This record gives sequence, C-alpha cells and structure tokens, in this order.
Amino acid sequence: MRVVLAEDLALLRDGLTRLLEAYGFAVVAAVEDGPSLLPALVEHRPDVAVIDVRLPPTFTDEGLQAAIAARTTVPGLPVLVLSQHVEPLYARELLTDRRGGVGYLLKDRVANVAQFVDAVRRVASGGTVMDPEVVGQLLARNQPPLAALTGREREVLGLMAEGRSNGAIAAKLFVGEKAVSKHINSIFTKLGLPPSDDDHRRVLAVLAYLNG
Amino acid sequence: MDSRDWIRDGLYAVAGAAYAVPLALLNLPLLVLFAVALVLTPVLGLGLVLLPLVTLLIRARADLARRLAARYGVPIARPYRPRPERAVLGGLRRYRWLITDPATWRDVAWLLPGAVGGLILAGLSLGIVAYGVQGILLIPLWVSVGVDGYGYGAIWPIDTVGEGFLSLPQGAVILAVGVAAAPWLRQAEAYTARPFLAPTRAAELRLRVSQLTVTRAGAVDAQAAELRRIERDLHDGAQARLVSLGMTIGLAEEIIEDDPAAARKLLAEARENSTTALHELRHLVRGIHPPVLAERGLEGAVQALAMALPIPTAVTAVVPGRLDTPVESAAYFAVAEALANATRHSGAAHASVEVRHSGGLLMLRVSDDGRGGADPGGGTGLRGIERRLAAFDGTMSLSSPPGGPTVVTMELPCALFSPRISPSSGTA
Repeated sequence: MRVVLAEDLALLRDGLTRLLEAYGFAVVAAVEDGPSLLPALVEHRPDVAVIDVRLPPTFTDEGLQAAIAARTTVPGLPVLVLSQHVEPLYARELLTDRRGGVGYLLKDRVANVAQFVDAVRRVASGGTVMDPEVVGQLLARNQPPLAALTGREREVLGLMAEGRSNGAIAAKLFVGEKAVSKHINSIFTKLGLPPSDDDHRRVLAVLAYLNG
Repeated sequence: MDSRDWIRDGLYAVAGAAYAVPLALLNLPLLVLFAVALVLTPVLGLGLVLLPLVTLLIRARADLARRLAARYGVPIARPYRPRPERAVLGGLRRYRWLITDPATWRDVAWLLPGAVGGLILAGLSLGIVAYGVQGILLIPLWVSVGVDGYGYGAIWPIDTVGEGFLSLPQGAVILAVGVAAAPWLRQAEAYTARPFLAPTRAAELRLRVSQLTVTRAGAVDAQAAELRRIERDLHDGAQARLVSLGMTIGLAEEIIEDDPAAARKLLAEARENSTTALHELRHLVRGIHPPVLAERGLEGAVQALAMALPIPTAVTAVVPGRLDTPVESAAYFAVAEALANATRHSGAAHASVEVRHSGGLLMLRVSDDGRGGADPGGGTGLRGIERRLAAFDGTMSLSSPPGGPTVVTMELPCALFSPRISPSSGTA
C-alpha cells in the first residue's frame, strides 16, 4: 500500500515512516510543508495519505486545507489527518464531501501501533475513523436530530464514528452482531438516511452526528 | 423623528428649564459660602472644616450640572483628582487636596457665569412658552377679566373680540417654537458650562494615567497568577509523569532479560502514562492559547467552541480579518466564559453568540434563553471577564432580568488587519 506522509518534525516524520514501512506500507513521499503537499498528493495518488494538520510555513491548519483541496482534485482520496488536538469543527469539514476514506486522530494514538496501523488500513479502504475524543466531545450533547436516538443507539453511533466494524461494536458492547445491525438500521431511519450502500450511510450518519 | 418624540423631548426640556432656575439661584449662596470659608481659614482654622464641606456641596452641584448636560447630549467628564489616603475631614491633607486641585477653582469660577447663563437661557425658554400659553388663553382671560387695553403678538392693542381670536393661532405657533427650542436652549446651557466643568487636557491625561495604572495592575496580576498556575500544572502534571515514565522504562530495561512478561506489562503502563501526559498537556495548552484560535482566528474558534457545548448554540460571526493576538485571546476567553455561564447556571435550552467588528469596535454578544437573574457581582467569572477586557479598554454589560433572557454584551476597541473575506454563520 502506497502512502504519502506530511509531517514537519523530522523526528516524527522518520518515526512514522519507519513504523509504516515495518507494517508493509510503502512511503512514496514524505513532505515537510504545506506547499509541497498538494502536488505530492496529486502526483502520487497514494492509497492513503497521513497528514499533520499544522505545517509550515504558517503553522496553522495547512495540512487540513491541503487534504480537503486534494480531495476536490482527487475525489475520495483517503486521508488520515493527525493533530495534537482535535476539533469537531475540523472533523465536520473533512467529512462534508460525504465520501468515506477519512480519518482524524490525535497524534497520541500512534503510540498504540497496532490500532494506529489498523486505522490507516481502514481509511485506505474507504472507512471513516474519528478520534474517540471527537466522539466524546459530542456525546455529551443532546440536540436534534440526535435527541431522537436512544442511549444505546448513541453509543453505537459513537463507535461507528470511531470507525469500528459491526463485529467490533458488538464485542465492545457485549451484545450480538445482530443487535448491533438492528441498532444501526434504527439510527439510519431516525436520521432520515436513504437506503444506499452501508459504508456511505455510515459516513452520513457520522456527519449528522457532527452537525447535530 | 416622530412628532410625538419632539413634543415629549421639548416638554421635558421645558420642565428642565423650570428646574434650572432654582439651581442657578443656588449657585449664588454657594459662591458666598466658599468666599466665607476661604476668608475664615486663618480664623481658628474654621476653614479647615468649612471649606471642604462647601467644596463638597459645590462638587455635588457641578456633578448635577454635568449629569444634566449629558442628558442633552453634552457629556462632561469629572475632572477631580482622586482623594489621597488618610485625608480626614478637618485635616490639612484634605484641605490641601481641595485647594490645590485646579478643578475646585474652575468649579468656583463657573458658579457666577453659570448662574447668569442658566437664568438667561432658562428664562428665555420659559418666557417663550409662557407667552405662547398666554396667547392661547387670551380670549377666555379677556372675556372673563375684561382687562382694558390688552395686546398680544402682532396686534397691539386688541380692541375687538375678532382681533382677540387672532391671538390664538399666534399663541399656538409661539408655544410650538418654545417647546421645539427648549432642548436646544438646554444644550446651549450645557455648552456654556463645559469649558468650566470639563477636565482640562492635563486633567484628562491624569485621569487616563490613573485608570491605566489600575487596569495595568489588574492585567499584571492576572498574568502572574496565570503563569503560576501553568508552572504548577506542568510541575505536578506532565513533568511528574515524564519522570515516572523514565522510571518505568528503566525498570523494564532492567528486567527484560529475566522476566519479559513483566517488562512488557511495564512498557504498556509507560505507554498509557505518556498518553495521559499528552492529554494533560493538551488541556493546559487549550487554557493558554487554544490551537484552534491560532489556526482559525476568533471566528473559527468561537464556532469550534459552540460545537462542543451541550446546548444548541447559534453562531453569527463576521470578522473580516485577524485581530491582534492578545485582543483575540481576551475576546475568545470572554466568550468562552460567558457561554460556560450560560450552559452551567441558567438552565437555558438555546444560546447564541454574535461576533461583529465595525468602526474599530469588536462587539461580542452572548445570549441565552435561561432563567436570568445573573448577578454581575456574584460570579468571579463575570468579574474576570471584566478585568480581562479592561486591560484593552473593553467593557462588559449584563442584562439578566429574572425569567431571562440573559444577554452579555462585550465591546473591545481594536483594529483589524490582513483582510480576509469569509463571513460565516451557522448553527453548531
């Protein structure tokens, strides 16, 4: 699997490259600033891009902007955005094109190598992976359309937002997979999401969650 | 302006003119008293007590004139020097404070011209109105009393009832003129008083300096407290965790040969500790300068803030450019505090934030539909906002009647730079 990496701190850039290559990814480009990121993404069209939000020269949210711009040029280009802090606002911006293949994680998550690599793979295959902290910040709210959901359904939606599969959700909540798909269908109905392929609806459900 | 408005304003001003007559007359005894107090100073030190008392009266009278002037659109600031400490009544210190303040002498200098000017202008105002009223009431007066050789307006003398009726429209016009002119005459009096009662340029600067000294002390205190808090948080949090992290890893290193399983457990523990340390650092950074504020400016940061609140919060933010970092930060934390109050104490179901910049003024308004009754003196939070904004000459006002809604309005004079056209609004 081919990866484009954007990270300005050499220490982390090298560490991430080493980590990804150890798990069989090929890092085709590792850039260190905003202006060189977009051309690299468009040129290499990687299977997944791993991007730090804050990059030189402005050290604001250039990585995020480049990721969003790249997805307009290359629709659905899988991007995993890493940051020292997570904002539901940024998550919403990443998801508004309503295509999957988006991840948004705290940098700390890299420490759990197996989980991190799993997240990269899920993003590459079109999944949506939101950091538990984003989910946690939203879980406290009780606003329409989410107010219609039961407590259990919100829990399921939160885990969906974290990018977990039905099996993983079932294991986490100590229920059967059947019960989980029942919950998920109920969530789709309550959020008014039309029938379409499951992955797409998952993205829309998460977006509804972020907009709520 | 609505026609009712000018009539109401005019009538208020006429009442004001009536009220101004005794006030103007009051100036004269005050002047006499002051002269007496001054003369009596060497006599048994009577003046030490009398002069401060008289000055107090004169200042009360001048303050009243300032307040009345402000009502007619002529704001006049108080020019007095702050009272020194331990300046008890009858003491030399108090006496010197009053006698060396130029504002005291300018007040005294105003008493006589103020009285004369006040009497002339109030008399003019009342005279026109009275003459108008007389014209309207002339017929009934003339018929009932039957005064001979009566005259009015352009007709002099009035010989027939027909001529008498002509006084009615004239009286009405004169009355209208009197009522319409009354506010202007009140304003004219305020203008004549201003050169005496307003602070001189030097006094203005002195006031500004003392105000800046207070706000600077507040800002410095707040900053020092903030730094202490950060130091303590780092010391007890991240630093301590890194020490323990190093220890755990060192321990794992020691036993990895003999007991790989235990070493693995220690390393997992170390990893968890690093995550906690990062979490704490993130929390700390948010409190110092939220990253989203650095990245998106006030507009984006307020939107991000609203998204994380437990109640629906509508955000209307129009800031076409970036603000100075310290101002931006103060504004952000002010909004954050006001929103936190709205969600914590008010029981509100909805909140809204408005952020606007126009005419060199940043306006922040946070409202909620909660139960109201918020007390500006009660919460340290609101007090904190006020102090924080004061360092930038900003102000805060709170409207929170019982039953709500609560509206906190904050204003900060500040400039915008590097224009960036992206007004945005939305509900989070």
